[in-house]
Amino acid sequence: MRHTISLLVENKFGVLSRVAGLFSGRGYNIESISVGETLDSKISQMTIVTSGDDQIIEQITKQLNKLIDVIKVTDMLELDHVEREMILLKIAPQANRKLEAIEIANIFRGKVVDSSEKTLTIEITGTEDKLTAFVNMMKPMGIKELVRTGKVAITRVGTKK
Amino acid sequence: MKMTGAEIFLESLKREKVKHIFGYPGGVVLNIFDLLYDDKKLQLILTRHEQGAVHAADGYARVSGKAGVALVTSGPGATNTVTGIATASMDSIPMVVFTGQVPTMLIGNDAFQEADIVGITRPCCKYNFLANNIEDLAEIVRDAFHIATSGRPGPVLVDLPKDVTVAKTEFIWPEKVDIRSYRPKYEGNKFMIKKAADLISKATKPVIVAGGGVILSGASKELTALAKLTDTPVTMTLMGLGCFPGSHKLSLGMPGMHGTYYANMAIQNADLLVAVGMRFDDRVTGTIETFAPNAKIIHIDIDPTSIRKNIPVDVPIVGDVKRVLTVLNKLLKDNDQKQWAPVRKKWLKQVDAWKAEHPMSYAESDDVIKPQFVVEKIHELTKGDAIITTEVGQNQMWAAQFYKFEKPRQWLTSGGLGTMGYGFPAAIGAQFAAPDKLVIDIAGDGSIQMNIQELATAVINKLPVKVAILNNRFLGMVRQWQELFFDERYSHTGLDVTPDFVKVAEAYGAVGLRATKPSEVVPVLKEAFKINKTVFMDFEVDWHEKVYPMVPAGASIDHMLFDESIEKSAKKKKLRAVK
Repeated sequence: MRHTISLLVENKFGVLSRVAGLFSGRGYNIESISVGETLDSKISQMTIVTSGDDQIIEQITKQLNKLIDVIKVTDMLELDHVEREMILLKIAPQANRKLEAIEIANIFRGKVVDSSEKTLTIEITGTEDKLTAFVNMMKPMGIKELVRTGKVAITRVGTKK
Repeated sequence: MKMTGAEIFLESLKREKVKHIFGYPGGVVLNIFDLLYDDKKLQLILTRHEQGAVHAADGYARVSGKAGVALVTSGPGATNTVTGIATASMDSIPMVVFTGQVPTMLIGNDAFQEADIVGITRPCCKYNFLANNIEDLAEIVRDAFHIATSGRPGPVLVDLPKDVTVAKTEFIWPEKVDIRSYRPKYEGNKFMIKKAADLISKATKPVIVAGGGVILSGASKELTALAKLTDTPVTMTLMGLGCFPGSHKLSLGMPGMHGTYYANMAIQNADLLVAVGMRFDDRVTGTIETFAPNAKIIHIDIDPTSIRKNIPVDVPIVGDVKRVLTVLNKLLKDNDQKQWAPVRKKWLKQVDAWKAEHPMSYAESDDVIKPQFVVEKIHELTKGDAIITTEVGQNQMWAAQFYKFEKPRQWLTSGGLGTMGYGFPAAIGAQFAAPDKLVIDIAGDGSIQMNIQELATAVINKLPVKVAILNNRFLGMVRQWQELFFDERYSHTGLDVTPDFVKVAEAYGAVGLRATKPSEVVPVLKEAFKINKTVFMDFEVDWHEKVYPMVPAGASIDHMLFDESIEKSAKKKKLRAVK
């Protein structure tokens, strides 16, 4: 099963390597990871999407907790939470489909952030389902490049599900 | 007053009450070594290889219970410490290793003798630091010792760039250590401990499985009290040997691959396992699917990741073994009026029957020295009171099987990583920690050659360390597997050219002794123990001898192979008795 794990870590060099090394060293899988500073510049927030059965997830959270630089580990699956991911998508639609592409982007609340003679770059955020649907819609338009941030997640009011 | 980084470093070690440092000099640590030249309080013990320094620090830690300290230079000096660090990490040994590093402005430049040792050791130490700012140096040293010795102990590495040892700043020793992201949990959950007490009270066939955590936590007394109070037999993992007296009638010896028949049978038939400070290593459990099939499991360990890593447990208790056992013992004493002895009688009778069925033994011989005989005699002559270190392989298993350990911290072996070449430098470290004790490395002819250069360290420091080489001219344990599972195809396990160990010892200024017949074993041992010098004893042992009993890899631990020659000689004896 897929889990989104949120970490608060000391904002020091080498911490990302410790976290990533834990996953590779023990044969766990990282589907996506995103890292950024929190309000307190000495603390960073990591969001990791991983998968495994209950026993593996239990080990992953325990092993993460054991890392000296990790302050807090939260398995978001246990909490009511909001997840988002952002994609930047560069497409090269045929001239007659450009407007259609913009229309689809609007439906998905995407934004055109760059445009050239031949290409359009669209920024879109949302849940995984929404982004997958959007990318599928855009495929016939001719996707040149796709960049995604990996998931970030935040609890609603910290209540248990 | 302003101090240099080197001065701050040494002052910090003194604040941590360090007396001995095992090390090796080099370019980037010259400033530190220059200060050590006339330092009266810190003794640097020069080993002959950086790996030797780290194993010596490890041996020092296992005997003293304090963090061992090593100091080496950058690059190759640092990379040579990796095996020693990984060894300590697998066995949870507190240790702080200081490595020199090229100046901060050269880091990342592929400078001469540069290695990214922080990156290299990241997965094999508890934590590591790059001290790239002199202002942080004292605090880093303080934190390093704190992390190494608290919670589940382990090795910590501190990388010291040369320019930091030269720079100057005010020395401020942090009185308190506070690492917000590191707060080990020592007290066990009361509710869980209560549950454990209930299970122990109800169990009819319980077994205690005690590991190295009992020794690290200093909980031998509490564990022994638990076993005696509840009349529960105790088996000790390789790392746990000595945490419960080996000669006590409740002792089952070691479980697992080369454990005793009775320990394994007890585990397989138990209705309750009380696992204390151990981690269900594959050498203990054999195949997991059939391990302790009827047992409920109570697992006490300070490291939450040890719990439910390999084996599902019924009552997990995260906490310091000593504190948890103290509470548990009190509960058992208070709320239970029953007499344990009658309840356990049937179970202990069964355990005794297993003991009688396959006791630990070997086929004795008058013609050729049996390695087990050497270990038995070492045990006899030292009255079980020596500090024993081992290398890895057959020598290690025979030492574990035939030396009965009565006390904690007298048994030093590389259990987790299985590092050949560990025993001799560890014995050197042990002798520094316990100058008045008899320290013996039980070695093989293969392993001893992996750190044989430390003879120089032992001799120059006048250490009366004894090395008993069980010389079978083979890498015996691997040969044993080849004999049993690879049709006797002895691929690269024969050590046809083995040096004359007596002459090697003499070349270094140590004493060399040799025994080629069983009758010479005791005289050689007696002489060695009498000499107040480093002694190598070369015992030419039966090369056919194998470590038994044995659970083949991947089998259930009650499927043990036994030495057929023992069975035969036992039958003969019986026949003779009948006649």
